[in-house]
Amino acid sequence: MTHAQISDAINSRFGHAVRDRAEFRGELTLVLAPEALHQVCEFCRDELAFDLLLDISSIDHFEQEPRYELVHELYSLSHHLHLRLKSAAVGDDEPSARSVCDIWPTANWHEREIWDMMGIRFPGHPDLRRIIMWEGYPYHPLRKDFPLEGKFSDVPDVAFTEPAPLAGGPFVTAPVEGTTEVREPRARRAGDLPPDQTFIAEP
Amino acid sequence: MSDRSPYAYDSKVEGNIIFTQLDTAINWMRSNSLWPMPMGLACCAIELMAAGAARFDIARFGAEVMRFSPRQSDVMIVAGTVTYKMALAVKRIYEQMADPKWVIAMGACASSGGMYRSYAVLQGIDHLIPVDVYVSGCPPRPEALLDGLMRLQKKIMGESSFLEQKKELLASI
Repeated sequence: MTHAQISDAINSRFGHAVRDRAEFRGELTLVLAPEALHQVCEFCRDELAFDLLLDISSIDHFEQEPRYELVHELYSLSHHLHLRLKSAAVGDDEPSARSVCDIWPTANWHEREIWDMMGIRFPGHPDLRRIIMWEGYPYHPLRKDFPLEGKFSDVPDVAFTEPAPLAGGPFVTAPVEGTTEVREPRARRAGDLPPDQTFIAEP
Repeated sequence: MSDRSPYAYDSKVEGNIIFTQLDTAINWMRSNSLWPMPMGLACCAIELMAAGAARFDIARFGAEVMRFSPRQSDVMIVAGTVTYKMALAVKRIYEQMADPKWVIAMGACASSGGMYRSYAVLQGIDHLIPVDVYVSGCPPRPEALLDGLMRLQKKIMGESSFLEQKKELLASI
């Protein structure tokens, strides 16, 4: 089986739902309509032998519409092929997308992580709790509008958080040629001299 | 023996007798038998293990008895990044340790949050529990930890717990 055959098979069945198709360095990516994602996933597993869900990740396109996007990475153990499915998570205030836990049980923890970090809900998930932060933590830290230093929160007897002092940061690595001493993370602002001219070697 | 030493040896008395103060004797016993509570939370714990192993051998300083129970340990070595999720657990374990107890903050993360200036990491364990010795490094070499331990021993030798207890007792009467 080849990428072209996969693409054709999905197109003939869900042609209306495939919004874009890209092939780059031997990797096939299909952009799907959000409502078709679950059906396409089921089709991929049952008809195209994509028996392994490698990963689900999420993207926050801050200040763009639609804001949240999901990326499902599939792999077929029998055909040795990758397939990437992209689809938007509907709703900018309370984004959600249908869970694929019933198709690949491994989606369980991936979706919990996305709920925890990005705040995308998965209707149909059997146990959608936070997985990294604790229950009661009020934010979703991977969102673009969440500050790096964090925010105050307090869940008595469980955990609290405080904003971290950034002391001139955030500290960024300079994208220039040079030694690590030149490129190392420091507080930099627009208009600063290039780091290779400002760095003062310590004796 | 110099005049400033807390011990005195009198050669006129028959052998094996040392004059000292009770405080000094207690401190000497405490500082040379520090049982650590290895609070290993990140990569510093690997260096802590190295400090305990043959090459660096923390046993030379009487601190080889790593106790994984807070009830039996004297010094908590906080080795690694303290996340907010772990922070109250570290505090709770510290509170379960019997007095007298000490804390070594090993490495940049335990001392100040280190390179993790982020939403998830407590910016130094001293926000929650009192720290006696900070060891710099990311992670510190085992020698640095041993140096920290020796400094803690020196600090313990300067304590006057018995005298203070006695004063408190007299004041309460």
